[in-house]
Amino acid sequence: MTEEKTKSKNFTSILIPTSLYKKLEEKVKETEFSSVSSLVTHIIREYLAKLEEEKEVFSEEEEEEIKERLRALGYID
Amino acid sequence: MPPPHGGRLINRVLKGKERDRRLKEALELPKIKLPSEYIKDIENIAHGVFSPLEGPMIQEDYLNVLENMRLSNDLPWTIPIVIDVDEEEIKTVKEGDNITIICLEEEKLIAILHVEEVYDYDKEKHVEKVFGIKDPAHPGVAKTYGMKEKLLGGKIDLIDHSANPYYKYTLWPVETRLLFKERGWRTIVGFQTRNAPHTGHEYVQKTALTFTDGLFINPVIGRKKKGDFKDEVILAAYEELIKHYYLKDRAVLAILRTEMRYAGPREAIFHAIVRKNFGCTHFIVGRDHAGVGNFYPPYAAQEIFDEFPDLGIIPIFFKEFFICKKCGGMANEKTCPHPEEYRVRFSGTVIRKLLQQGKKPPKEIMRPEISEIILKWKNPFVE
Repeated sequence: MTEEKTKSKNFTSILIPTSLYKKLEEKVKETEFSSVSSLVTHIIREYLAKLEEEKEVFSEEEEEEIKERLRALGYID
Repeated sequence: MPPPHGGRLINRVLKGKERDRRLKEALELPKIKLPSEYIKDIENIAHGVFSPLEGPMIQEDYLNVLENMRLSNDLPWTIPIVIDVDEEEIKTVKEGDNITIICLEEEKLIAILHVEEVYDYDKEKHVEKVFGIKDPAHPGVAKTYGMKEKLLGGKIDLIDHSANPYYKYTLWPVETRLLFKERGWRTIVGFQTRNAPHTGHEYVQKTALTFTDGLFINPVIGRKKKGDFKDEVILAAYEELIKHYYLKDRAVLAILRTEMRYAGPREAIFHAIVRKNFGCTHFIVGRDHAGVGNFYPPYAAQEIFDEFPDLGIIPIFFKEFFICKKCGGMANEKTCPHPEEYRVRFSGTVIRKLLQQGKKPPKEIMRPEISEIILKWKNPFVE
Protein backbone atom coordinates (compact mmCIF):
# COMPACT_ATOMS: atom_id res chain seq x y z
CA MET A 1 0.00 0.00 0.00
CA THR A 2 1.42 3.43 -0.86
CA GLU A 3 1.96 6.00 1.88
CA GLU A 4 -0.77 8.24 0.43
CA LYS A 5 -3.32 5.41 0.39
CA THR A 6 -2.43 4.45 3.97
CA LYS A 7 -2.88 8.08 5.01
CA SER A 8 -6.27 8.41 3.38
CA LYS A 9 -7.37 5.15 5.01
CA ASN A 10 -6.22 6.16 8.48
CA PHE A 11 -7.36 9.79 8.52
CA THR A 12 -10.66 11.57 7.99
CA SER A 13 -11.86 15.19 7.94
CA ILE A 14 -13.94 16.97 10.54
CA LEU A 15 -15.49 20.40 10.22
CA ILE A 16 -14.66 23.14 12.68
CA PRO A 17 -15.39 26.88 12.32
CA THR A 18 -12.82 28.62 10.14
CA SER A 19 -12.29 31.28 12.80
CA LEU A 20 -11.42 28.59 15.34
CA TYR A 21 -9.10 26.90 12.88
CA LYS A 22 -7.30 30.20 12.28
CA LYS A 23 -6.93 30.76 16.02
CA LEU A 24 -5.47 27.26 16.42
CA GLU A 25 -3.19 27.78 13.44
CA GLU A 26 -1.64 30.73 15.24
CA LYS A 27 -1.46 28.96 18.61
CA VAL A 28 0.09 25.82 17.19
CA LYS A 29 3.19 27.78 16.22
CA GLU A 30 3.94 28.21 19.93
CA THR A 31 3.62 24.49 20.69
CA GLU A 32 5.46 21.27 19.87
CA PHE A 33 2.59 20.21 17.59
CA SER A 34 3.38 20.08 13.91
CA SER A 35 -0.13 21.04 12.70
CA VAL A 36 -3.64 21.96 13.77
CA SER A 37 -4.66 18.37 13.02
CA SER A 38 -2.14 16.90 15.45
CA LEU A 39 -3.17 19.40 18.14
CA VAL A 40 -6.87 18.62 17.66
CA THR A 41 -6.15 14.86 17.69
CA HIS A 42 -4.28 15.30 21.00
CA ILE A 43 -7.16 17.29 22.54
CA ILE A 44 -9.79 14.76 21.44
CA ARG A 45 -7.77 11.82 22.80
CA GLU A 46 -7.37 13.64 26.11
CA TYR A 47 -11.11 14.30 26.22
CA LEU A 48 -12.03 10.69 25.43
CA ALA A 49 -9.71 9.39 28.15
CA LYS A 50 -11.57 11.52 30.70
CA LEU A 51 -14.83 9.82 29.76
CA GLU A 52 -13.52 6.39 30.78
CA GLU A 53 -15.43 5.26 33.83
CA GLU A 54 -14.39 3.10 36.71
CA LYS A 55 -16.25 -0.19 36.95
CA GLU A 56 -15.92 -3.42 38.87
CA VAL A 57 -14.14 -6.12 36.93
CA PHE A 58 -15.43 -9.03 39.01
CA SER A 59 -18.82 -10.32 40.16
CA GLU A 60 -19.72 -10.95 43.83
CA GLU A 61 -19.22 -14.70 43.33
CA GLU A 62 -15.82 -14.19 41.77
CA GLU A 63 -14.90 -11.80 44.56
CA GLU A 64 -15.10 -14.56 47.18
CA GLU A 65 -13.03 -16.90 45.02
CA ILE A 66 -10.37 -14.26 44.51
CA LYS A 67 -10.28 -13.38 48.20
CA GLU A 68 -9.72 -17.04 48.98
CA ARG A 69 -6.60 -17.12 46.82
CA LEU A 70 -5.33 -13.81 48.22
CA ARG A 71 -5.75 -15.21 51.73
CA ALA A 72 -3.99 -18.44 50.82
CA LEU A 73 -1.04 -16.49 49.44
CA GLY A 74 -0.90 -14.25 52.52
CA TYR A 75 -1.89 -11.00 50.79
CA ILE A 76 -4.96 -10.49 53.00
CA ASP A 77 -5.94 -11.80 56.44
CA MET B 1 -9.08 2.85 40.31
CA PRO B 2 -8.67 3.33 36.55
CA PRO B 3 -10.67 1.11 34.21
CA PRO B 4 -8.55 -1.48 32.40
CA HIS B 5 -6.94 -0.33 29.16
CA GLY B 6 -9.70 -0.32 26.55
CA GLY B 7 -12.39 -0.40 29.26
CA ARG B 8 -12.68 -4.15 29.78
CA LEU B 9 -10.43 -6.62 31.56
CA ILE B 10 -9.84 -9.46 29.17
CA ASN B 11 -10.50 -12.96 30.51
CA ARG B 12 -9.77 -15.80 28.14
CA VAL B 13 -9.10 -18.47 30.75
CA LEU B 14 -11.26 -21.53 30.14
CA LYS B 15 -12.93 -23.11 33.16
CA GLY B 16 -15.16 -26.05 34.09
CA LYS B 17 -17.03 -28.01 31.43
CA GLU B 18 -16.11 -25.54 28.69
CA ARG B 19 -12.44 -26.16 29.49
CA ASP B 20 -12.93 -29.95 29.43
CA ARG B 21 -14.68 -29.73 26.07
CA ARG B 22 -12.01 -27.51 24.54
CA LEU B 23 -9.23 -29.65 25.96
CA LYS B 24 -10.64 -32.65 24.06
CA GLU B 25 -10.79 -30.51 20.92
CA ALA B 26 -7.22 -29.29 21.46
CA LEU B 27 -5.84 -32.83 21.54
CA GLU B 28 -6.99 -33.34 17.95
CA LEU B 29 -5.78 -30.02 16.49
CA PRO B 30 -2.50 -29.24 14.70
CA LYS B 31 0.10 -28.21 17.24
CA ILE B 32 2.87 -25.64 17.47
CA LYS B 33 5.49 -25.61 20.19
CA LEU B 34 6.48 -22.27 21.71
CA PRO B 35 9.23 -21.44 24.22
CA SER B 36 8.19 -20.56 27.76
CA GLU B 37 8.76 -16.81 27.20
CA TYR B 38 5.92 -16.86 24.65
CA ILE B 39 3.78 -19.00 26.91
CA LYS B 40 4.07 -16.45 29.72
CA ASP B 41 2.73 -13.76 27.41
CA ILE B 42 -0.13 -16.02 26.32
CA GLU B 43 -1.01 -16.38 30.00
CA ASN B 44 -0.72 -12.60 30.41
CA ILE B 45 -3.14 -12.07 27.54
CA ALA B 46 -5.63 -14.61 28.89
CA HIS B 47 -5.61 -13.04 32.37
CA GLY B 48 -6.00 -9.47 31.13
CA VAL B 49 -2.47 -8.24 31.93
CA PHE B 50 -2.25 -7.11 28.30
CA SER B 51 -5.88 -5.93 27.99
CA PRO B 52 -7.35 -5.18 25.49
CA LEU B 53 -5.30 -7.77 23.55
CA GLU B 54 -7.08 -11.11 23.20
CA GLY B 55 -4.28 -12.84 21.38
CA PRO B 56 -1.17 -12.19 19.31
CA MET B 57 -1.68 -9.16 17.09
CA ILE B 58 -3.27 -9.35 13.67
CA GLN B 59 -1.46 -7.46 10.92
CA GLU B 60 -3.53 -4.27 11.12
CA ASP B 61 -2.77 -3.86 14.82
CA TYR B 62 0.86 -4.89 14.36
CA LEU B 63 1.44 -2.28 11.64
CA ASN B 64 -0.40 0.41 13.58
CA VAL B 65 1.73 -0.29 16.63
CA LEU B 66 4.89 0.01 14.56
CA GLU B 67 3.84 3.18 12.75
CA ASN B 68 1.64 5.04 15.23
CA MET B 69 2.27 3.40 18.61
CA ARG B 70 -1.45 2.66 18.75
CA LEU B 71 -3.75 -0.27 18.04
CA SER B 72 -6.04 0.01 15.03
CA ASN B 73 -8.81 1.32 17.36
CA ASP B 74 -6.49 4.22 18.35
CA LEU B 75 -5.71 2.90 21.84
CA PRO B 76 -2.11 3.54 22.89
CA TRP B 77 0.07 0.43 22.49
CA THR B 78 3.77 0.51 21.76
CA ILE B 79 5.22 -3.01 21.79
CA PRO B 80 4.19 -5.66 19.26
CA ILE B 81 2.90 -8.82 20.93
CA VAL B 82 3.35 -11.48 18.28
CA ILE B 83 3.92 -15.17 17.68
CA ASP B 84 6.48 -15.99 15.00
CA VAL B 85 6.52 -19.35 13.23
CA ASP B 86 8.22 -21.13 10.34
CA GLU B 87 6.20 -21.81 7.23
CA GLU B 88 6.91 -25.50 7.74
CA GLU B 89 5.31 -25.47 11.23
CA ILE B 90 2.01 -24.19 9.87
CA LYS B 91 1.91 -25.73 6.41
CA THR B 92 -1.43 -27.42 7.12
CA VAL B 93 -2.96 -24.39 8.86
CA LYS B 94 -5.35 -22.02 7.10
CA GLU B 95 -6.69 -18.70 8.33
CA GLY B 96 -9.80 -19.49 10.36
CA ASP B 97 -8.38 -22.74 11.77
CA ASN B 98 -7.75 -23.48 15.42
CA ILE B 99 -4.35 -24.72 16.54
CA THR B 100 -3.04 -25.97 19.84
CA ILE B 101 -0.14 -24.26 21.57
CA ILE B 102 2.28 -26.48 23.45
CA CYS B 103 4.95 -25.28 25.87
CA LEU B 104 8.22 -26.36 24.26
CA GLU B 105 10.17 -26.97 27.47
CA GLU B 106 7.41 -28.82 29.33
CA GLU B 107 5.68 -30.50 26.38
CA LYS B 108 2.47 -29.27 28.00
CA LEU B 109 -0.75 -28.27 26.28
CA ILE B 110 -1.42 -24.62 27.10
CA ALA B 111 -3.91 -22.94 24.81
CA ILE B 112 -5.90 -22.88 21.61
CA LEU B 113 -5.19 -20.15 19.09
CA HIS B 114 -7.91 -19.18 16.63
CA VAL B 115 -5.74 -18.26 13.67
CA GLU B 116 -7.22 -15.15 12.08
CA GLU B 117 -4.15 -14.27 10.06
CA VAL B 118 -0.79 -15.60 8.96
CA TYR B 119 1.33 -12.73 7.67
CA ASP B 120 4.79 -11.65 6.63
CA TYR B 121 6.66 -8.85 8.32
CA ASP B 122 9.73 -6.77 7.77
CA LYS B 123 12.35 -7.30 10.49
CA GLU B 124 14.31 -4.19 9.51
CA LYS B 125 11.22 -2.05 9.87
CA HIS B 126 10.28 -3.83 13.10
CA VAL B 127 13.58 -3.09 14.85
CA GLU B 128 13.82 0.44 13.50
CA LYS B 129 10.36 1.31 14.79
CA VAL B 130 10.37 -0.56 18.11
CA PHE B 131 13.98 -0.07 19.18
CA GLY B 132 14.87 2.99 17.11
CA ILE B 133 18.03 1.31 15.81
CA LYS B 134 19.22 -1.65 13.77
CA ASP B 135 22.35 -2.47 15.75
CA PRO B 136 22.40 -6.20 16.64
CA ALA B 137 24.42 -5.31 19.76
CA HIS B 138 21.04 -4.30 21.19
CA PRO B 139 19.48 -7.45 22.73
CA GLY B 140 15.98 -6.68 21.42
CA VAL B 141 17.29 -6.13 17.90
CA ALA B 142 19.33 -9.34 18.02
CA LYS B 143 16.30 -11.26 19.22
CA THR B 144 14.10 -9.85 16.44
CA TYR B 145 16.65 -10.77 13.76
CA GLY B 146 16.50 -14.31 15.11
CA MET B 147 12.72 -14.54 14.87
CA LYS B 148 10.97 -16.87 12.41
CA GLU B 149 9.55 -15.66 9.11
CA LYS B 150 5.78 -15.56 9.62
CA LEU B 151 3.52 -14.05 12.29
CA LEU B 152 0.28 -15.54 13.55
CA GLY B 153 -2.57 -13.31 14.68
CA GLY B 154 -5.81 -14.26 16.44
CA LYS B 155 -7.51 -14.89 19.76
CA ILE B 156 -6.33 -17.38 22.33
CA ASP B 157 -8.16 -19.49 24.90
CA LEU B 158 -6.07 -20.63 27.84
CA ILE B 159 -6.48 -24.22 28.93
CA ASP B 160 -3.58 -24.63 31.34
CA HIS B 161 -0.67 -22.73 32.86
CA SER B 162 3.02 -23.38 32.46
CA ALA B 163 5.20 -24.27 35.45
CA ASN B 164 5.65 -21.30 37.73
CA PRO B 165 8.33 -21.36 40.44
CA TYR B 166 7.02 -18.00 41.63
CA TYR B 167 3.37 -18.95 42.05
CA LYS B 168 3.09 -17.24 45.44
CA TYR B 169 4.15 -13.93 43.87
CA THR B 170 1.91 -14.24 40.82
CA LEU B 171 -1.18 -12.08 40.96
CA TRP B 172 -3.43 -11.33 38.00
CA PRO B 173 -5.13 -7.95 37.46
CA VAL B 174 -8.46 -9.17 38.77
CA GLU B 175 -6.66 -10.11 42.01
CA THR B 176 -4.56 -6.96 42.42
CA ARG B 177 -7.63 -4.82 41.78
CA LEU B 178 -9.53 -6.59 44.53
CA LEU B 179 -6.49 -6.50 46.83
CA PHE B 180 -6.10 -2.74 46.40
CA LYS B 181 -9.80 -2.31 47.08
CA GLU B 182 -9.57 -4.46 50.23
CA ARG B 183 -6.72 -2.30 51.47
CA GLY B 184 -8.77 0.82 50.88
CA TRP B 185 -6.25 2.24 48.43
CA ARG B 186 -7.68 4.79 45.99
CA THR B 187 -4.34 5.80 44.49
CA ILE B 188 -1.70 3.21 43.74
CA VAL B 189 1.75 3.82 42.31
CA GLY B 190 3.34 1.06 40.25
CA PHE B 191 7.07 0.44 40.27
CA GLN B 192 8.69 -1.54 37.49
CA THR B 193 12.03 -3.12 38.22
CA ARG B 194 14.53 -5.69 36.99
CA ASN B 195 16.99 -5.05 39.81
CA ALA B 196 17.58 -5.85 43.43
CA PRO B 197 16.84 -2.61 45.28
CA HIS B 198 19.46 -0.07 46.26
CA THR B 199 18.65 2.92 48.45
CA GLY B 200 17.98 5.08 45.37
CA HIS B 201 15.14 2.77 44.34
CA GLU B 202 13.79 2.82 47.88
CA TYR B 203 13.90 6.62 47.94
CA VAL B 204 12.00 6.90 44.66
CA GLN B 205 9.35 4.44 45.81
CA LYS B 206 8.87 6.12 49.18
CA THR B 207 8.76 9.58 47.65
CA ALA B 208 5.97 8.43 45.33
CA LEU B 209 4.25 6.70 48.23
CA THR B 210 4.10 9.95 50.22
CA PHE B 211 1.36 11.20 47.92
CA THR B 212 -0.37 7.92 47.02
CA ASP B 213 -2.13 5.34 49.19
CA GLY B 214 -0.18 2.26 48.18
CA LEU B 215 2.92 1.03 46.39
CA PHE B 216 2.81 -1.86 43.93
CA ILE B 217 6.31 -3.27 43.45
CA ASN B 218 6.14 -5.30 40.27
CA PRO B 219 9.45 -6.84 39.18
CA VAL B 220 9.74 -8.30 35.70
CA ILE B 221 10.46 -11.99 36.01
CA GLY B 222 11.58 -13.64 32.81
CA ARG B 223 14.37 -13.73 30.31
CA LYS B 224 16.90 -10.98 30.90
CA LYS B 225 20.32 -10.13 29.61
CA LYS B 226 23.61 -11.39 30.98
CA GLY B 227 24.65 -9.49 34.09
CA ASP B 228 21.11 -8.66 35.28
CA PHE B 229 20.09 -9.91 38.71
CA LYS B 230 18.57 -13.40 38.78
CA ASP B 231 14.82 -13.47 39.40
CA GLU B 232 15.06 -15.28 42.71
CA VAL B 233 17.60 -12.74 43.97
CA ILE B 234 15.35 -9.79 43.10
CA LEU B 235 12.42 -11.34 44.94
CA ALA B 236 14.40 -12.31 48.03
CA ALA B 237 15.91 -8.82 48.19
CA TYR B 238 12.51 -7.14 47.96
CA GLU B 239 11.03 -9.47 50.60
CA GLU B 240 13.82 -8.37 52.91
CA LEU B 241 13.41 -4.68 52.11
CA ILE B 242 9.66 -4.77 52.76
CA LYS B 243 10.18 -6.74 55.97
CA HIS B 244 12.59 -4.18 57.44
CA TYR B 245 11.76 -0.86 55.86
CA TYR B 246 8.14 -0.70 54.63
CA LEU B 247 4.74 -0.58 56.28
CA LYS B 248 3.11 -3.91 55.41
CA ASP B 249 -0.24 -2.34 54.60
CA ARG B 250 1.32 0.15 52.20
CA ALA B 251 3.28 -2.09 49.85
CA VAL B 252 2.44 -5.11 47.69
CA LEU B 253 5.05 -7.24 45.95
CA ALA B 254 3.88 -9.27 42.97
CA ILE B 255 5.59 -10.22 39.73
CA LEU B 256 5.09 -9.58 36.05
CA ARG B 257 6.08 -12.71 34.13
CA THR B 258 7.32 -11.42 30.83
CA GLU B 259 10.65 -10.77 29.20
CA MET B 260 12.45 -7.45 29.14
CA ARG B 261 12.45 -6.02 25.60
CA TYR B 262 14.94 -3.22 26.39
CA ALA B 263 12.92 -0.96 24.09
CA GLY B 264 13.43 2.11 26.28
CA PRO B 265 10.73 4.77 25.63
CA ARG B 266 8.28 2.43 23.91
CA GLU B 267 8.64 -0.12 26.66
CA ALA B 268 7.99 2.56 29.31
CA ILE B 269 4.55 3.15 27.77
CA PHE B 270 3.95 -0.61 27.59
CA HIS B 271 4.97 -0.99 31.24
CA ALA B 272 2.59 1.81 32.23
CA ILE B 273 -0.34 0.21 30.36
CA VAL B 274 0.29 -3.13 32.07
CA ARG B 275 0.31 -1.46 35.51
CA LYS B 276 -2.92 0.37 34.63
CA ASN B 277 -4.44 -3.05 34.00
CA PHE B 278 -3.24 -4.17 37.43
CA GLY B 279 -5.17 -1.20 38.85
CA CYS B 280 -2.43 1.39 39.35
CA THR B 281 -3.32 5.06 39.07
CA HIS B 282 0.31 6.22 38.88
CA PHE B 283 3.50 4.83 37.43
CA ILE B 284 7.11 5.69 38.26
CA VAL B 285 9.41 6.46 35.34
CA GLY B 286 13.00 7.11 36.23
CA ARG B 287 16.17 7.65 34.28
CA ASP B 288 16.69 5.39 31.23
CA HIS B 289 13.61 3.28 31.92
CA ALA B 290 13.85 -0.11 30.16
CA GLY B 291 17.01 1.04 28.46
CA VAL B 292 20.17 -0.88 27.79
CA GLY B 293 23.73 0.39 27.31
CA ASN B 294 23.68 3.88 25.87
CA PHE B 295 21.09 3.22 23.19
CA TYR B 296 18.55 5.78 24.47
CA PRO B 297 18.88 9.35 25.79
CA PRO B 298 18.55 9.23 29.61
CA TYR B 299 15.09 10.84 29.77
CA ALA B 300 13.59 9.75 26.43
CA ALA B 301 11.33 7.32 28.30
CA GLN B 302 9.79 10.28 30.16
CA GLU B 303 9.42 12.55 27.14
CA ILE B 304 7.44 9.97 25.15
CA PHE B 305 4.53 10.26 27.59
CA ASP B 306 3.70 13.68 26.03
CA GLU B 307 2.39 11.79 23.02
CA PHE B 308 -0.20 9.90 25.04
CA PRO B 309 -2.75 12.20 26.68
CA ASP B 310 -5.15 9.25 26.70
CA LEU B 311 -3.00 6.69 28.50
CA GLY B 312 -5.22 6.59 31.59
CA ILE B 313 -2.40 6.29 34.11
CA ILE B 314 -0.38 9.19 35.51
CA PRO B 315 3.38 8.92 35.06
CA ILE B 316 5.56 10.22 37.89
CA PHE B 317 8.92 11.32 36.56
CA PHE B 318 12.07 11.32 38.62
CA LYS B 319 15.44 12.73 37.78
CA GLU B 320 18.31 10.47 38.71
CA PHE B 321 18.97 10.45 42.44
CA PHE B 322 22.42 10.49 44.04
CA ILE B 323 23.78 10.92 47.51
CA CYS B 324 25.15 14.40 48.13
CA LYS B 325 27.71 14.52 50.92
CA LYS B 326 27.15 18.24 51.33
CA CYS B 327 23.35 17.99 51.44
CA GLY B 328 23.75 15.01 53.74
CA GLY B 329 21.39 12.68 51.93
CA MET B 330 19.54 11.77 48.80
CA ALA B 331 19.25 14.49 46.16
CA ASN B 332 18.99 15.07 42.45
CA GLU B 333 19.84 17.81 39.99
CA LYS B 334 16.57 19.57 40.83
CA THR B 335 17.29 19.71 44.55
CA CYS B 336 21.06 19.81 44.99
CA PRO B 337 23.20 22.90 44.26
CA HIS B 338 26.54 21.22 44.94
CA PRO B 339 29.20 20.19 42.43
CA GLU B 340 29.86 16.66 41.21
CA GLU B 341 32.71 16.06 43.67
CA TYR B 342 30.18 15.85 46.54
CA ARG B 343 27.91 13.43 44.71
CA VAL B 344 27.91 9.64 45.02
CA ARG B 345 26.03 8.10 42.11
CA PHE B 346 24.24 4.76 42.03
CA SER B 347 26.26 2.80 39.54
CA GLY B 348 24.85 -0.61 38.71
CA THR B 349 28.25 -1.61 37.40
CA VAL B 350 30.01 -0.69 40.66
CA ILE B 351 27.36 -2.38 42.82
CA ARG B 352 27.56 -5.50 40.67
CA LYS B 353 31.36 -5.56 40.81
CA LEU B 354 31.41 -5.30 44.61
CA LEU B 355 28.82 -8.05 44.98
CA GLN B 356 30.70 -10.27 42.53
CA GLN B 357 33.78 -9.86 44.72
CA GLY B 358 31.71 -10.95 47.71
CA LYS B 359 31.79 -7.44 49.19
CA LYS B 360 28.89 -5.42 50.55
CA PRO B 361 28.32 -2.05 48.85
CA PRO B 362 28.40 0.91 51.31
CA LYS B 363 25.27 1.00 53.48
CA GLU B 364 24.33 4.42 52.04
CA ILE B 365 24.05 2.70 48.65
CA MET B 366 22.54 -0.63 49.59
CA ARG B 367 20.86 -1.67 52.83
CA PRO B 368 23.13 -4.18 54.64
CA GLU B 369 20.23 -6.65 54.90
CA ILE B 370 19.84 -6.56 51.13
CA SER B 371 23.57 -7.01 50.49
CA GLU B 372 23.63 -9.98 52.87
CA ILE B 373 20.72 -11.64 51.14
CA ILE B 374 22.30 -11.16 47.71
CA LEU B 375 25.65 -12.46 48.89
CA LYS B 376 24.03 -15.74 49.91
CA TRP B 377 24.00 -16.61 46.21
CA LYS B 378 27.22 -17.90 44.72
CA ASN B 379 26.38 -16.01 41.57
CA PRO B 380 23.42 -13.62 41.88
CA PHE B 381 23.60 -12.55 38.22
CA VAL B 382 22.29 -14.00 34.98
CA GLU B 383 25.12 -15.82 33.16
